[in-house]
Amino acid sequence: MMPALFQVLPLVVIWLALGAVGIVIQAYVRNTKLVFGYYLGTLALTAILAVVTAGAKGTMFSGMITTGGYANFFDVLFCSAGILSMIAARPYLQRLDGELDEFYTLLVSAVTGMMLMAHSNHMLVTFIGVELMSISFYVMSGFLRSDIRSVEAALKYFLLGAFASGFLVYGMALIYGATGSLEFGAIGSAVVSDALRFPVLFAIGATLLVIGFCFKIAAFPFHQWAPDVYEGAPTAVTAFMSTGGKAAAFSALIPIASVVMAGDSVVTGQMQLMVAIVSAVTMLVGNISAIAQSNVKRMLAYSSIAHAGYMLMGIVNGTTSGSEAIVFYATAYTFMQIGAFVIVGILEREEGGHLQLDDYAGLGKRQPVLAALMSIFLFSLAGIPPLGGFFGKYLLFVSAIDAGFTWLTIVAVASSVISVWFYLGLVVKMYFTEPSGDTSESPSGIAAITLAVSTVAVIALGIVPGWITSVIRSWPPMLTP
Amino acid sequence: MLNEFVWRCIFAANINCSPIHLYGYMESYIPLMVMIAIGLLFGVSNIVLAEVLGPRRSTREKLSTYESGMEPVKTARERFSVKFYLVAMMFILFDIEIVFMYPWAVQFQELGMYGFVAMLLFMVLLFSGYIYVVKKGALRWD
Repeated sequence: MMPALFQVLPLVVIWLALGAVGIVIQAYVRNTKLVFGYYLGTLALTAILAVVTAGAKGTMFSGMITTGGYANFFDVLFCSAGILSMIAARPYLQRLDGELDEFYTLLVSAVTGMMLMAHSNHMLVTFIGVELMSISFYVMSGFLRSDIRSVEAALKYFLLGAFASGFLVYGMALIYGATGSLEFGAIGSAVVSDALRFPVLFAIGATLLVIGFCFKIAAFPFHQWAPDVYEGAPTAVTAFMSTGGKAAAFSALIPIASVVMAGDSVVTGQMQLMVAIVSAVTMLVGNISAIAQSNVKRMLAYSSIAHAGYMLMGIVNGTTSGSEAIVFYATAYTFMQIGAFVIVGILEREEGGHLQLDDYAGLGKRQPVLAALMSIFLFSLAGIPPLGGFFGKYLLFVSAIDAGFTWLTIVAVASSVISVWFYLGLVVKMYFTEPSGDTSESPSGIAAITLAVSTVAVIALGIVPGWITSVIRSWPPMLTP
Repeated sequence: MLNEFVWRCIFAANINCSPIHLYGYMESYIPLMVMIAIGLLFGVSNIVLAEVLGPRRSTREKLSTYESGMEPVKTARERFSVKFYLVAMMFILFDIEIVFMYPWAVQFQELGMYGFVAMLLFMVLLFSGYIYVVKKGALRWD
């Protein structure tokens, strides 16, 4: 039993550190610094354990949990995103007078949910992970209790998220009815052969499942909540949930898609076409709507919708190269999006002030360092070489062409060109217009660490992409049905 | 594993439907039929007897809809203390805990040490949450 338990050590450690120790510490000690340090240590330890146990591939708990491979890569990604967001959130929340110990607890419990999603080999485990993550996000987005926009964001997110969970569960129930199992491997073997007894039931179930995930990753036509929630939530929270949350949904979607849309099943063709159309429309809608925005947070929210569309391209073909591209893109996207949102958070003032595009006029003169970093993140989001975003897009486009979806790639390239319009528009605003209005300095505090790490990561991913792709290849997916 | 077991049970039940087994199959339902009959008789006879024998002295209170002590018609915009929700949530939490413990207790021998440790971990997690709730004063009423 002991060597087997070694495999799931990252999950067990974060679970116990959060549930059994962290909460009791908070019950007795009211010391935000201690709680902050404790959870930072927890996340770092979990990431290290995930690296150490990456080679231990297998399943645990009657085949409900997979260990090793992609799952551990995602663990490291989620923990990094969690650490970066925590470091950036502390000065932000202190400035807005909204810091409570519980924020860090919720953040770590969201990370736990994400890890559970990545490790899942069973629909129920996926669902528990999704819920643990989502419920933490609902509370976190309403964390500035006196700010009415934050409360509105939390309520909207909660109502729509609960609705989406209903779709997810109903889809899982129908898939169970059609295949007689909730375990990915068993579903895969029931789908691939001609043994599928209720193809219509299965198709409806798979579609509902995809709809549920489309809500979670904010893909068209279920993206309407994202701009409102991302705008209203505290910026530090938006940074975390628009990156970690999206990467987590994809980490759960990759194994599910690889069984639901497996090679020769009866519904493969329709499912691929459906996801391809969703992907194409999502990136177009996201990028075109972003052009019309005057609020920076809303603009980045719409751009994050478009990025979900790009990542769906990797789901369409369901091959290993597609999943590898998603993993790479999710990594690059996490760092560039966290970086961009953290800068927005540093510049933000009380009650949603200083968030308009016009407030960024002349930033290049006022705060040259912040403006330069923001430009790097925006260039990377636009997919301009030699930054991380470029190679992510390149890998996704190549995988879609290999799968025979050339038209999808053409749409993706076109929408990338559209996106350059508003990303570069902000850069132009920062460097080529005169400053106006409030021009006070914004101290970044320890958020500077997050910015430094994100910048280095985005540039490194662009200059030596081979290094990270070889890491991804050496940790291949567990699941091959 | 469990699915397979359930499917086997369903198949086994179907096989028993063959004419040879049918008599014994139906026989096992007789106690159920008796219980349903007694239940129906008890319920219907109570309503009829109350209707026939009961005195009729109606008051305003008696004729109003029964809502567990709440007034049936009043403003919908009444505000509740948030403490009600906290208590309700705690109740559901420990209710679910009991639901998990029943099957574990029934299968205690088969699950052995592994099941015991798993249950212990579950209880520890739940209990640490309870400590948090109590220490934060969420259950203090005034």
